[in-house]
Amino acid sequence: MSAITLVPAFVRRTSFIELNARARANELTDPGTGREMLGPFERLESPWLPEQGIAPQSDDGCVVIKGQIGGKPVVIVALEGGFQAGSMGEVSGAKMTAALDLAARDSQNGKKTAAVLLLETGGVRLQEANLGLAAIAEVISSLLALRQHAPIITVIAGTVGCFGGMSLVAGLSSYIVMTPEARLGLNGAEVIEQESGIEEFDSSDRALIWAINGGEQRVGMGVADELVQDDAAKIAAAVRKYVEAGLPRVHRSQQVELYRDRIAAIDTSRQIDPLSIRKQWGTAKKVEGAK
Amino acid sequence: MEQLKFDYPSAKRRVDKKAHVGVAGSGDMEILMQPSDTGAAHVSVQTSVNGFSQSWKAVMDRFFSRYDGAVRIHINDAGATPGTVLLRLQQAAEVIDQ
Amino acid sequence: MSAQVGLRGRAWFQALTAKDPPLDGDPGSVLTADAILGTDKARFLCVVPNPQGRFPCVRRGEVGLEEAYALARRICEAVEQDESRNKRPIVAIVDVKSQGYGRREETAAIFLAAAAAADAYATARMKGHPVISLVVGQAISGGFLTHGYQASRILAFDDSGVVIHAMHKEAAARITLRSVADLERLGHEILPMSYDIRDYAKLGLLHKLLHVENPDNPAAPTVGQVRDALIEAVADARAGATDLGNHFKSEDARKIRLAGLTARARIEAEWATA
Repeated sequence: MSAITLVPAFVRRTSFIELNARARANELTDPGTGREMLGPFERLESPWLPEQGIAPQSDDGCVVIKGQIGGKPVVIVALEGGFQAGSMGEVSGAKMTAALDLAARDSQNGKKTAAVLLLETGGVRLQEANLGLAAIAEVISSLLALRQHAPIITVIAGTVGCFGGMSLVAGLSSYIVMTPEARLGLNGAEVIEQESGIEEFDSSDRALIWAINGGEQRVGMGVADELVQDDAAKIAAAVRKYVEAGLPRVHRSQQVELYRDRIAAIDTSRQIDPLSIRKQWGTAKKVEGAK
Repeated sequence: MEQLKFDYPSAKRRVDKKAHVGVAGSGDMEILMQPSDTGAAHVSVQTSVNGFSQSWKAVMDRFFSRYDGAVRIHINDAGATPGTVLLRLQQAAEVIDQ
Repeated sequence: MSAQVGLRGRAWFQALTAKDPPLDGDPGSVLTADAILGTDKARFLCVVPNPQGRFPCVRRGEVGLEEAYALARRICEAVEQDESRNKRPIVAIVDVKSQGYGRREETAAIFLAAAAAADAYATARMKGHPVISLVVGQAISGGFLTHGYQASRILAFDDSGVVIHAMHKEAAARITLRSVADLERLGHEILPMSYDIRDYAKLGLLHKLLHVENPDNPAAPTVGQVRDALIEAVADARAGATDLGNHFKSEDARKIRLAGLTARARIEAEWATA
């Protein structure tokens, strides 16, 4: 018996989390179909960072790859969590918006093109403040325009997670895939502790952070769609499934009455128990995706 | 923020691939390596850590003492150690010479 | 910076609509009213402080869970009612401290609530409603993304009490371990980091910067002036596209955001041959 067959699958797997943004995007496309748009060698970098003594990155931390998944046209936009925590600046924002707009244009011309967003991001890049914030507003607008024609699949794998204004982008997506290591939320524990005090959120309590923002919780409470282990092949398979599924019957961000009622039912006299809300929301009236 | 330049006229061997290695995160760097169009090697470094030009020259000299590819190298550096710099240069060279 | 966030919002809501109470079923922090604007009846929306709010972290003018879903509901309602008739303008009066920073908010997925409100605003705009934001005070970060940034046109007062930014000076100072004075200085050097609304205006995102007298307590002529500006913005929005392309129309935008525009142009060119 060879040594290969004795090694468990878990060890042989390719960790998605350990890959950088470009490598993650390339794990998802059908072999040979991916082509990067405005790649690193074109060096369209942030004009704002060098002035502040911060090293820019050749692709401004955003990778755009046009290609196919399961034979269907897609564009993948991957944020590099290792560069400025994947934050949105003028250039990275423009790249994401352009990708969504072009996918929408192709879709309107008969070539339905889904978007896959790999969101490893803390939100706005503070060093570009208002241009980062405006860029997120523009991404939101372009996403919603594309979403009329083709699905947007968001993958949050970790270790940065998806926070700040970019969490709205996740919330607007057709489908969200998360790993157990991933986190999704508007405000991180540190900023809540800073703004509202340690009683409100002790940012050193890691168990609490994942209990509230972690992948298992978000999927369990039905605000994300699928929990996948940190395995590139499994994540690629999940993405392929959602690209194939197409648009859901209704998007979560349009289920206003459902969520309004859920919020109204919350007892705000104390903190909400994460497991309780998982039980209440996860098994309550659900809307089927096009599965 | 510093911009440094180094040239290696003795690195004349023609190459025909590109390599991109690393991320310009804190304590790290990215390298873009591609064929040079002058028949010699040229290096540009954009670094957020000032005052280490000697150190950079030493690393580049060391790399090119063994490498003869006519490459154009650009580095965006956010404070990588000389050891990391050399490692990344070697990683990039490996991709080019595959 | 205006010490009392949200008071201007309420003042201007009352001035422009002559109405005050929240609609039945809405939290005390969300004001909605249909009122005359030129030849239209427009839906005005405003988020204000509510010290009696159910959520403890959202009582001082933040946009929390209830606020976001209430906004979404009132916008969707207007869109539905106007399905086969004149698309009424939707006017967001903006004076919001920020998004709600609380544990309850995170647990109950405030990111989705914020998304729902942004969805409603953008959908209204895409369906042909002129969506106008009038920034009378603060418009910060997630609060502004939720309530106001999906507008077809943004107007702001030229006043030191008006701040549009990604993070409050105090919070940004704490997180970046700098003094507020240092941050202000940095803002003078790096345009997108400035807290000055006149610098924000140079980014090309504003439709108009309005010079108004006594914005905390406007007299009738001032209200008339702002009303006229809103009417003009509605007409301009109706004459234009339903996307956010106007963000890039001005000379200022084309100059300051050249890197972003270049990135877009290159991707467009490469996409065609991919």
